[in-house]
Amino acid sequence: MRETTVRDALREALREEMQRDKRVFLLGEDIGRYWGGAFGVTKGLAEEFGDERVRDTPISESAIIGVGVGAAITGMRPVAEIMFGDLSALAMDQICNQAAKIRYMFGGQVNVPLVIRTPFGAGVNIASHHSQSLEAWFMHTPGLYVAVPSTPYDAKGLLKTAIRGHNPVFFVEHKLLYPVKGLIPDEDYTVPFGVADVKREGEDVTIVATLYMVHKALAAAEQLSKEGISTEVVDPRTLSPLDKKAIVKSVKKTGRMVVVTEDCKTVGVSAEIAAIVAEEALDYLDAPIKRVAEPDTPIPFSPSLEQFVIPNEKIIVKAVKEIFS
Amino acid sequence: MVEKTKLLEMYRQMLTIRHFEEKVFELYGQNLVPGTIHLYVGQEAVAVGVCANLRRDDYITSTHRGHGHCIAKGAQLGRVMAEILGKGTGYCKGKGGSMHIADFSIGMLGATAVVGAGIPIAAGAGLSIKLRGTDQIVACFFGEGASNQGTFHEGINMAAIWQLPVIFVCENNLYAMGTRQSRVMLIENIADRAAAYGIPGIVTDGNDVLAVYEAAREAVERARGGGGPTLIECKTYRHKGHSRFDPAAYRSKEEVAEWLKRDPVTRFENKLGEMGVLSKEQVEKIRSETIAAVEEAVKFAMESPYPKPEEALEDVYAERESETAK
Repeated sequence: MRETTVRDALREALREEMQRDKRVFLLGEDIGRYWGGAFGVTKGLAEEFGDERVRDTPISESAIIGVGVGAAITGMRPVAEIMFGDLSALAMDQICNQAAKIRYMFGGQVNVPLVIRTPFGAGVNIASHHSQSLEAWFMHTPGLYVAVPSTPYDAKGLLKTAIRGHNPVFFVEHKLLYPVKGLIPDEDYTVPFGVADVKREGEDVTIVATLYMVHKALAAAEQLSKEGISTEVVDPRTLSPLDKKAIVKSVKKTGRMVVVTEDCKTVGVSAEIAAIVAEEALDYLDAPIKRVAEPDTPIPFSPSLEQFVIPNEKIIVKAVKEIFS
Repeated sequence: MVEKTKLLEMYRQMLTIRHFEEKVFELYGQNLVPGTIHLYVGQEAVAVGVCANLRRDDYITSTHRGHGHCIAKGAQLGRVMAEILGKGTGYCKGKGGSMHIADFSIGMLGATAVVGAGIPIAAGAGLSIKLRGTDQIVACFFGEGASNQGTFHEGINMAAIWQLPVIFVCENNLYAMGTRQSRVMLIENIADRAAAYGIPGIVTDGNDVLAVYEAAREAVERARGGGGPTLIECKTYRHKGHSRFDPAAYRSKEEVAEWLKRDPVTRFENKLGEMGVLSKEQVEKIRSETIAAVEEAVKFAMESPYPKPEEALEDVYAERESETAK
């Protein structure tokens, strides 16, 4: 095992899959030799694999995804980058009407092995068009898979699974996670989709958290342990497929659940997870389900405003304590 | 000069599409076709003239008005008809219907019902060809209405900058649903838009199959030879309304009559007669053969079962990644 960052782990996954399979190629805005991606994930790959396989595109999100779809249904394995997740709105038709539906609508004749990588998340003061968390849009679209890694290990392993798989994958990268460090194995490995990871074991309450919120939940759990509350932190790792069993299993053990996600609360990821537990494990709950999420606003610019709407450790601790009172 | 057998094959295909579409219209009137229909009657010369230049391993992308494209690319009539009727033996097992027919075994990459959405997808197939290093090409069909979509701009520009082997075929039938072209653009020729992307733009008579064939031949040759994309505009007209029983009241009787005089099937039939390639007897023979082929397709489709209701849950995903990627 060795230590690396999420950013480097993602780059390793791309590099190793490009070495392994010549059908894999990358396309996106400024991902090539002059920039290496807005967040530096693809830095050095154009130098290694050439401009044909690490392809800078015009600012045309809809065509970036459309071209990816066309290449995917004719034998290639494209990995498209949308520079900021908010801009996926420009490509919604190609993502949700084309990539997600082509297999189904054509009766299973063809697969669409397209990976769409994009950063979500607030916290760096870049306001409403560069900070949202829109996972729920894609979780709501049958035919897509949605990956939400929180560690270097999961990021690399899930990205490899996405590239080797046969379905379109919306691969979310939280922009605050890029420099986050963690251990990864030296040898080749993958992380399967639909298998949650218990990031911390506990007895009294389950926190289900995704992406950067996993780290805030872990910090909250540490705080809570000092106050005598043993917290289990479950990271679904993929929202579609979602490992319902692991979530339900944890709730059956602890009898309490708080869901922590950075997307808007209404019809958000947390709503779905809460509904699943209400449907499948209501009798095991000793307290109402709590949700900690963004309070249904666009992401504001000014640091004081922005920090107010992003869930934090204090709010998580408070939410947990509330269901113990 | 196009070979005689090829000319006759093109004539046969045009007639097949004509009979097929008239049959679909008839079945629709009998309530046997669920949903809606967008018929290709009047535009046959475009699909046939373009596809006559394509190999089996070349690709096409298609639209909501796509039956003609499928047939011209070589799809089986029975399976197309079965799909239109929503039967389990249809190309898409009844999941797509009239607006979403695909046959990947013949390079028919599918019809999208989102206007203009097929344009970047066609460019992507072109990029795939380039990266794989084969000499296939892609023909991308769309209407003049699609040329007002952002995907037209984004997709053609990308194909142009990367010199992809794609021919963009705009079937200008003058109306986007009920909206006449002159109400939504100030230019007369869609082909003029090619200049914005630095690629050739060709205007051709879309009701003259030989003119379409010739324009497409040059474009296909250029694309296959690495010369990049071409935008071909085919001026044509749909004989029927936009969909279902649309009476097309937005078109004048005079205009319709004028275009009916230029019916592509009759024109080609007369032309072949003048050329001494097609006798009256041959016309009758081909006509009865194509009618029989369509009847056989209808019989196959009608006798086919509907899919089992629970099949609605299948085909959403390929096998689960969690099982395959370990």
